[in-house]
Amino acid sequence: MLVSYNWLKEYVDLTGVTPEDLENKITNAGIEVEHLSFVGEGITKVVVGYVESKKPHPEADKLNLCQVSLGDEVVQIVCGAPNVDAGQYVPVAKVGARLPGGVKIKRAKLRGEVSNGMICSLSELGVDPKFVPKEFADGIYVFKDEVVVGEDALPYLNLNDYILELDILPNSAHCLNMIGVAHEVAAILDREVKYPNVDLQEEAASVLSKLDVKITSGAEKVVPYYGARIITDIKIAPSPAWMQNRLIAAGIRPINNIVDISNYVMIEYGQPLHTFDYDTFNSDQVDVRLANKEEKITTLDGVERTLLPSDIVITNTQKAVAIAGVMGGSDTEVTSNTKTILLESALFDARSIRRTATRLNLRTDASSRYEKGLDYNRVTAASNRAASLIAEIAGGNVLSGFAECGQRVIEPEIINMPWKVINDKLGTTLTSEEIRDILVRLGFDAKIENEWMHVLVPTRRPDVSIPEDLVEEVGRIYGYDHLPATLPEGTTSKAELTPYQKLRRKLRRYFEGKGLYETVTYSLTTNEKAKQLTIDESTLNDAVKLKMPMSEEHETLRMSLVPGLIDVAEYHINRQMPNLAIYEIGKVFKAQGSQDQLPNEAEHISGLITGHVHDKSWNRAPETVDFFYVKGVLEGLFDLMGVSNSISYRPAKRPDLHPGRTATIHLNDECVGYIGQLHPNVQNDHDLNETYVFEISLAHLRDQDQSEITYHSLPRFPSITRDIALVVDQSVFADHIKQSIQEAGGKLLSDVTIFDVYEGEHIEEGKKSIAFSITYLDPERTLTDEEVSRAHDRVLASVKEKFDAVLRS
Amino acid sequence: MKEKLLALKEEAFALIENASDKKGLQDVKVKYLGKKGPITEVLRGMGKLSKDERPVIGALANEIRQAIELVIEQKQTKLQEELIQAQLESETIDVTLPGKSIKTGNAHPLTSIIEEIEDLFIGLGFSIAEGPEVEQDYYNFEALNLPKDHPARDMQDSFYITNEILLRTHTSPVQVRTMKKHQGKGPVKIICPGKVYRRDTDDATHSHQFMQIEGLYVDKKVRLSDLKGILTVFAKKMFGEDRDIRLRPSFFPFTEPSVEMDISCFKCGGHGCSVCKHTGWIEILGSGMVHPNVLEMAGFDSTVYSGFAFGMGPERIAMLKYGIDDIRHFYTDDVRFLEQFKRA
Ligand SMILES: [Zn+2]
Repeated sequence: MLVSYNWLKEYVDLTGVTPEDLENKITNAGIEVEHLSFVGEGITKVVVGYVESKKPHPEADKLNLCQVSLGDEVVQIVCGAPNVDAGQYVPVAKVGARLPGGVKIKRAKLRGEVSNGMICSLSELGVDPKFVPKEFADGIYVFKDEVVVGEDALPYLNLNDYILELDILPNSAHCLNMIGVAHEVAAILDREVKYPNVDLQEEAASVLSKLDVKITSGAEKVVPYYGARIITDIKIAPSPAWMQNRLIAAGIRPINNIVDISNYVMIEYGQPLHTFDYDTFNSDQVDVRLANKEEKITTLDGVERTLLPSDIVITNTQKAVAIAGVMGGSDTEVTSNTKTILLESALFDARSIRRTATRLNLRTDASSRYEKGLDYNRVTAASNRAASLIAEIAGGNVLSGFAECGQRVIEPEIINMPWKVINDKLGTTLTSEEIRDILVRLGFDAKIENEWMHVLVPTRRPDVSIPEDLVEEVGRIYGYDHLPATLPEGTTSKAELTPYQKLRRKLRRYFEGKGLYETVTYSLTTNEKAKQLTIDESTLNDAVKLKMPMSEEHETLRMSLVPGLIDVAEYHINRQMPNLAIYEIGKVFKAQGSQDQLPNEAEHISGLITGHVHDKSWNRAPETVDFFYVKGVLEGLFDLMGVSNSISYRPAKRPDLHPGRTATIHLNDECVGYIGQLHPNVQNDHDLNETYVFEISLAHLRDQDQSEITYHSLPRFPSITRDIALVVDQSVFADHIKQSIQEAGGKLLSDVTIFDVYEGEHIEEGKKSIAFSITYLDPERTLTDEEVSRAHDRVLASVKEKFDAVLRS
Repeated sequence: MKEKLLALKEEAFALIENASDKKGLQDVKVKYLGKKGPITEVLRGMGKLSKDERPVIGALANEIRQAIELVIEQKQTKLQEELIQAQLESETIDVTLPGKSIKTGNAHPLTSIIEEIEDLFIGLGFSIAEGPEVEQDYYNFEALNLPKDHPARDMQDSFYITNEILLRTHTSPVQVRTMKKHQGKGPVKIICPGKVYRRDTDDATHSHQFMQIEGLYVDKKVRLSDLKGILTVFAKKMFGEDRDIRLRPSFFPFTEPSVEMDISCFKCGGHGCSVCKHTGWIEILGSGMVHPNVLEMAGFDSTVYSGFAFGMGPERIAMLKYGIDDIRHFYTDDVRFLEQFKRA
């Protein structure tokens, strides 16, 4: 809502209140002033001039030499505007004047003729060309009212005005009109509101001789009231300058007196009005009804619209002539030939108008006001105001009364509440009188009766309906600056992170300590990426897609975090940063059950490492990441969670991963993740070097978190370690041998580590040697050599039997 | 004989003095003090001496013997010290060379901000509540006093999956779910952080995905002044002790009254600068008293219970705090961006 400071002065006394004061006061009381601007910003030395004579420029067809009186002098100005003429009063930028956009007017010579200044058009004076009235669109501005030659031209053009741009939220729709803003300002300043003086002279003849209104076929519920006046013998012309100037200030282009008056009254009262040409309306019957399916209408903007039965239309019983509350039809538009008009002043249901305007993508000044709710009790006053202005400005004869249907007077709501509730909710200690005074300033009729308060809410405030609304009204006018800052008196409570939240933070710190940066990538991705590199490959058909995505880039919810990390890696390699270690904790999504069930959401932790894990330094060669580096990071993670003993790695072949360098990770028998090198094809697609990734379902691990500490006393007896090297087939997995050793070693075996793997010279082709260091320990006593040998023999027998392992000599 | 002994002494002292290592010293020791050494020889030849001379020479021989032993010992210690000294010198390094770098990563700046806010409110007795990112329309809108046709739905155009399921547009549905779990009994004191989604085209100031952190406190006798008190504590801890706060009336469908909180500019202290757009104030969060409809729908008697709620954007806070000019940086994850928040 654009509010003209000068116009607002019509309704409320602003003496002593600067535009800046007003801006702050309105904002602090709850409606944000997004902008305050001076309309004549950057303009100096523009005065009223009188064109005494005009003659053609001897050297240029399109230019004229004008002798212009500026009061104290007469100057020659060369003017190229087609509409310039002798006898006109015009705005003149004198030599030395400044115009918007930093333009400076200098004495000039045009084709040999001196020009001492410039006669201005409205757009040269900073008026947005889309608001310039048609009559001045292609030329200079010409004053129509009485002006004084030589005086500052800005006040005559209302360029000495300030515009406050209000951000109107759904609860402040009452400020979508000047009278509403006046009420707000009056409450803030504790001053009176002055309504426009309406002195309407009606003809003797009744409107009913020319018109009847009915609301039919289900429209009754969404059209509480429809009223129409008939005004005859009007003369279409441009409206007076004062009205044009105010409409321009409000961001509306002046068209002609009739259209301008209905817009003017809409801005003033908030009540949208519509005018039809009564002759082309071609009927003495208005029928307001719901549209028929596929019904068509061509609106004022020349577009043919197809309607639905949820839309309200105004008809002449034969056909639709307007989409109610949104836009009129072109057939009945007021034109320069119009003699008699039908002036509509009606109430339409907010939701219905909103639906229609949204569907047709047709937001108009009228529809946005209907959508946000009107003061139902202004429907008649606005019509009367418009009718009197039409009679005054366009010379019309107003037939007496309304052709109407529905109920035009609505009783105000009453809120009954204990007045103490205001203090209870705000934390204030206001007296009942103070509370009542604030409400009265707001124009609410408030009565106090002992503990109770009875408040009559004016119909212009449909946003106020419950006691809490009054708490807000009192609070904002009282001023939140005056509220004390207290601490809650209620129950004190202790709080801490849940075990899972603690775990999540622990994992973050772990990965960060291991050199990985945390990333946050988008949950929405392409349909293709959403399905790549998932832990569970059986769910690819369960991707969750948006109904109406904004782009293919973000149309499906991810099922894995890794594709997002690959994009991050690609970003870095494209910027000459080939070394990267990153991780992310985030949710992945998959559909489950029926359509109306929420998708399954599982938190995953995922990582990507590529390039050097240690850079080259003066005392160290660079170390490039490999499978076992990343696996080591994960082993540390599982150790941290206390689940190492339940975790196993199984070789796996998966799309997008290197078939020989990928393992699925299993918790007991359940697959909870994977680790592997990206497939060389994938690496090539993204310009990546050798890149390793992993993804683990935290949701699966969280229940298994064994990170609670069980203390074991330190061993008091020495352990005995034996090293063996076993030669086995290359296809045998080291971990299988290790497990077998652990089982066979029995309870004396305390630890097995692999310290060497070798194939090549001295080892038979197709075989490899794996060296294990096996530690035996009895916490209760010193072991004898014999006991250890017995256990060790069992170990050797077991690996011989299971893997045909030969002890390497 | 006496002269001979004294000469031996001088001779031995000279050799000891010249010994350059342990072995040389040992040689001297064997040579002069050993069983075949000259002093032993002198003592052996004492039988030829007179009775009077014998004890004198014997004493002198012993004296010389002990003196040599002592000097050898001293020399030994000295040699040992020299040896260690030489070792230390040979082991000396340039301590100004750089250390072996151990790479460390760090948390994403948004995580740091969220954890900081979480910890601050945990200290005030708030728990951390989480919920689904894909939500029922009911929890995201309807239960928050935003029925299907409500004009405020305009304000947060959303990503729908079906007509009833959407990506949450705020973390408020977690508040509703938590209140429902409490079955009408207070207090409810929670902080809800998480990702939210809105139909915005990504640019320097908009992101279709962003973080939100909200708080809710429902109990008997909660007042707007309590919200002011809690937010004052928050603002001072988060942005510095000398911050002032200001509440401005606003509108949110789920709170009544609704207020926005500004803090005095931490850059200029309130005098006006580019960070605060020359107003001296920076808008930080939206908040208000929980709307009675929201309380009732969540199973709380709004005549007995009241509450406040607030919500803010970690991206905005990080951008203000660190002067970050483009919200997309948070989701591009350039390590040159991320590593700057190591100490956050
Ligand atoms: Zn500042």
